[in-house]
Amino acid sequence: MTSLPKPSDSPQLGLVIDLDICVGCHACAVNCKEWNSGGHSAPMTDWNAYSGTESQDGDDVGAWGVWFNRVHTYEVNEGPQSRTVHFPRSCLHCEEPACVTVCPTGASYKREEDGIVLVNPDTCIGCKLCSWACPYGAREYDQTDGVMKKCTLCIDKIYNENLEEVDRVPACVSTCPAGARHFGDLSDPDSDVSILVSDRQGYDLLPELGYKPTNKYLPPRPRRDHLSKEQEQVSIVDMANSDGSYESNETNNPLLKWVDAVLSR
Amino acid sequence: MSVNPFETVVDIVDTSPKISDEVKLTTCYMCACRCGIKVHLKDNKVRYIEGNRDHPVNKGVLCAKGSAGIMQHYSPARLTKPLKRVGERGSGEFKEIEWEEALGIATQWLSKIRDNDPRKLAFFTGRDQSQGLTGFWASQFGTPNHAAHGGFCSVNMAAAGLYTIGGSFWEFGEPDWEHTKYFLMFGVAEDHDSNPIKTGLGKLKTRGAKFVSINPVKTGYSAIADEWVGIKPGTDGLFILAIVHQLLKSNQIDLDYLVRYTNAPWLVIQDKGSEDHGLFARDEDGSPLCWNKATNTLAPALATDISPAIAGSFTLPDGRLAVPSFQLLAERYLSEDYSPETAEKQCGIEANTIKRIAAEIGRVAFEDTIELDVTWTDWAGRKHDKMIGRPVAMHAMRGISAHSNGFHTCRALHVLQILIGSIDAPGGFRYKPPFPKPAPPPLKPAGKVDQVSPNTPMPGPPLGFPTGPEDLLVEPNGQPRRIDKAFSWEAPLSAHGVMHMVLNNAWKGDPYPIDTLFMYMANMGWNSSMNIPDTIKMMTDKDEVTGDYKIPNIIYSDAFYSETIPYADLILPDTTYLERWDCISLLDRPICDADGVADSIRQPVVKPDRDVRPFQDVLIELGARLGLPAFTTEKGSPKYPGGYPDYIVNHERGPGIGPLAGFRGADGLSEGKGEINPKQLDQYVENGCFWRHEFSPTERYFKHSNKAYLEKAVDLGLIGAPNQIILQLYVEPLQKFRLAAEGHGDIQPPDEHRDRIKTYFDPLPIYYTPFEEAISDTNTFPMHALTQRPMAMYHSWGSQNAWLRQIHGFNKLYMSRTRAKKMEINNDDWVYVSSPQGKLKAQVQLMEGVNEDTVWTWNAIGKRRGAWNLSPDAPEGTKGFLLNHIISQLLPEQGSGYRYANSDPITGQAAWFDLRVKIEKAGPNKPGELTEPQFETMKVSSTVPRGNPTSRYGEKDK
Repeated sequence: MTSLPKPSDSPQLGLVIDLDICVGCHACAVNCKEWNSGGHSAPMTDWNAYSGTESQDGDDVGAWGVWFNRVHTYEVNEGPQSRTVHFPRSCLHCEEPACVTVCPTGASYKREEDGIVLVNPDTCIGCKLCSWACPYGAREYDQTDGVMKKCTLCIDKIYNENLEEVDRVPACVSTCPAGARHFGDLSDPDSDVSILVSDRQGYDLLPELGYKPTNKYLPPRPRRDHLSKEQEQVSIVDMANSDGSYESNETNNPLLKWVDAVLSR
Repeated sequence: MSVNPFETVVDIVDTSPKISDEVKLTTCYMCACRCGIKVHLKDNKVRYIEGNRDHPVNKGVLCAKGSAGIMQHYSPARLTKPLKRVGERGSGEFKEIEWEEALGIATQWLSKIRDNDPRKLAFFTGRDQSQGLTGFWASQFGTPNHAAHGGFCSVNMAAAGLYTIGGSFWEFGEPDWEHTKYFLMFGVAEDHDSNPIKTGLGKLKTRGAKFVSINPVKTGYSAIADEWVGIKPGTDGLFILAIVHQLLKSNQIDLDYLVRYTNAPWLVIQDKGSEDHGLFARDEDGSPLCWNKATNTLAPALATDISPAIAGSFTLPDGRLAVPSFQLLAERYLSEDYSPETAEKQCGIEANTIKRIAAEIGRVAFEDTIELDVTWTDWAGRKHDKMIGRPVAMHAMRGISAHSNGFHTCRALHVLQILIGSIDAPGGFRYKPPFPKPAPPPLKPAGKVDQVSPNTPMPGPPLGFPTGPEDLLVEPNGQPRRIDKAFSWEAPLSAHGVMHMVLNNAWKGDPYPIDTLFMYMANMGWNSSMNIPDTIKMMTDKDEVTGDYKIPNIIYSDAFYSETIPYADLILPDTTYLERWDCISLLDRPICDADGVADSIRQPVVKPDRDVRPFQDVLIELGARLGLPAFTTEKGSPKYPGGYPDYIVNHERGPGIGPLAGFRGADGLSEGKGEINPKQLDQYVENGCFWRHEFSPTERYFKHSNKAYLEKAVDLGLIGAPNQIILQLYVEPLQKFRLAAEGHGDIQPPDEHRDRIKTYFDPLPIYYTPFEEAISDTNTFPMHALTQRPMAMYHSWGSQNAWLRQIHGFNKLYMSRTRAKKMEINNDDWVYVSSPQGKLKAQVQLMEGVNEDTVWTWNAIGKRRGAWNLSPDAPEGTKGFLLNHIISQLLPEQGSGYRYANSDPITGQAAWFDLRVKIEKAGPNKPGELTEPQFETMKVSSTVPRGNPTSRYGEKDK
């Protein structure tokens, strides 16, 4: 079993994902796949790349492959209360990751200097214990290589001196069209990402499990439709029903109110 | 590497590896958004594509499609060599030929046509980004039979906007993302302008602006809306006009804006039965008149410092009465026909919700006004010390367009924006240059009887904007002149052509037979047509007497082995977007934004490894071989021997105006207009493959009436004269067509079309039930059926992509859980979907966020088995389907027995969102279930190797 680094003052790098503005476009997932296809854990093997097979239960396998970041779109609640959520899912780089402690070879490890959780492909034996241990489904087994792969937080991009400094962020962050993904040091309470989390009541996924994810999610803002209880809304409905100035004209010809209008071109 | 079990192995992470040998900048073509990209190349292969931070369209971001460009570029569906058909059409039996032979065949077919009747060439392109060239080429050839896919997609939005405000959405304009406080999005819109909209939504939501989505389906953008209005498909027009009703009732309209910038005060002649009833009263010079309340006299409506009346009835010099057009507008929409209570019944939205949204719009527009401290000068030279904005913005595209009432719905949306004074005001809708243009732009379609003759170019472009019956392309007997019947009485304002009727009409020889159908990037054997089963028959049908195909020759150019390939006789293989020069021109479909004018290029970043040629090079060479004047020197040699890049730099459409507006002039310092600059492309490449001129703050709003902007636009060659552009609440050209139908004038519609023109050519927006719903038996076909494309696939040419197909590999039919329960349909069950046209079988996915009367699916995910070089067991073919299979391209027979196109009666826009269906349970899911209809598995030319089933792209980089 693998031990975790001792708690330290070093940065805990991670992502903050804004579920209020994520439109579920998969840009982050595909740009991640693209970067990492030539990156630290390359290749990102694809199977049935140009075909598909059907399994016994009728489900179609189709094309599938290694992705470090996947976007799920699903609905919560039924009826008028239902809400559609786009949910990007990748490694949360937990402070106490069970995927690391469960690893029998030390292949899975958490970096002391920045908190990034990585897999050493040379010592990974492909036993998949880590993927059983991770409740977030963030691990990706490459059956062709026989090793486990996962989000590296673009470790070969965020420190890469061949890139301009502004580009040294994970691929999923720099590519996100909606601006729904942020990268930074979550251990520093004054960092932009920590302030964002605090302002928007960012939350941990499954905090009750105690793995202390570094990545945070920002919740959707409250809806503002007929179901919302904002007082302001009620007054607007009253206003609409009062039909505004027209009713006060008390005339049979509604156009009269414009006949006297003095306007200038 | 061997591992010593007694030694701790430390993972060595190279955190700073070399990424690429070279980075080249170019423009993406994975959809129509045209983002700037940086392509990292390593070992002569594409390593990584990312957004270009400096690019005006995407500012560094890149969507899923753009990021999957690598897989498109290396797709095994790529064509490799010119092909000549040797078996029967559809057999997939081809012979590889050399380019010389291919170009020889094409030249032989085309020159014969040009020598006799140029109209026998129908040249149609798909989502073509070189229409500046393709349209010009068609015109040079001398055929009016040219268009791209706009008639299929969103011409209702474009035409309605251009006739109303001289602009529209997407390439014509955008919401003021920086300032808007209330944003309404109608219908499916996850398509055009894909990255700017995502970025804009992120910005406005983060700022706390309210986002309302009016859409039968709650996916994509609608999922993050603050309010979702699950409207019944095709009723948006009534919803919008009910909002207009409320705003008029509560007098929440911008009267000052209306008199300054619109034709609201222009007097409309009221003389029923006369030849000018409903037209504007004009003075001797033809200028429109209004009533000046300051002097109580008639006055030229374009005069300044007058006090125009917007209501009342006034007497013209000839004693007849006239009223301001606003009065007609107000009378119409204040009627109960447009009340929220009336709308509630049709739209399925509570009247109170409509009232509340109207009240919210009114409150934000008039009480939450924004003021920019920017001085500006109006068209009349009057200075204003502020820019006052109505921060309500709207956006819509194909969702409300693709209905048979779409033109009027889109007009209604523009009228609503005008009434609240938000057109090009801060916080509202903003024009993207070269728009605004006069409404409509002063460009007429060529192709009249005297404009088409052998071996002669047409005097103008094939597409344009008719303003009266005299501009139609019809024979003296009223019959259509174009193969797609565009600009005929069946679709007078079909500004983008009527692509979905080309195959049907060519097969039927209606209005006349053609000789050659020449297509580019248009998958008309599949998702770019309706009613695929019959479409395939039309492409393979033969004349019983001669044994020849009814469409004698089909030439097709594309980069990929699509479903259309086997039906063509000659294939001209195109390159991928990373292998060629291109230009995104102001003469075609520009990439400007509201703050700047811009255009861009593509440069080849990798060399083709196959015997393929850029289509634009091929077209220019064919032009030279055919001796088209603009492509040939006086001595008869090719004018652009360097192909497309030569043309891009050296072609001039007018003095100093060429395909690219940047880096003109001998020194490369001229913008907009200027002499030819031989180093122009080098300068584009140096500048990141784009050029942009940013407007000064004083030029950025009220462009239709902003002196500084209008003068700058003339300097840049964007418009002809710096005149104020008047917004057209009341569209007089529509009334001209109606008057003709009522029996006035020399050019009148054939009797069978009169009623249709009278009914639908209303100069003010109307609402009517979409045709299919009105005609079909809604008890038998109780549901609406829609499609949309997912953000990860939209507009993605040849969406056979090893990565994207993992996200969307097949499509299900989505329906409301509540409705399904009543029908005892469970999740994953299979159902039959029937329409008046046909029947298909698909698997069901239940959901909450969908209008109960609506089913929908992802479009163009389903593929024909064997096509795109996918193996026949690929789920695109086994579990995917196209809704197009059961959409008819024609409406049922009506009164006279004639079958009109399934189109908007004004623009000819394909009404594919009008579809009505019946859903019946077929059974539970079990292994081996296939969608229906299934077509014979396509045979793919054996010279194209299928991709390795296990793909390890990037492996050797490690």
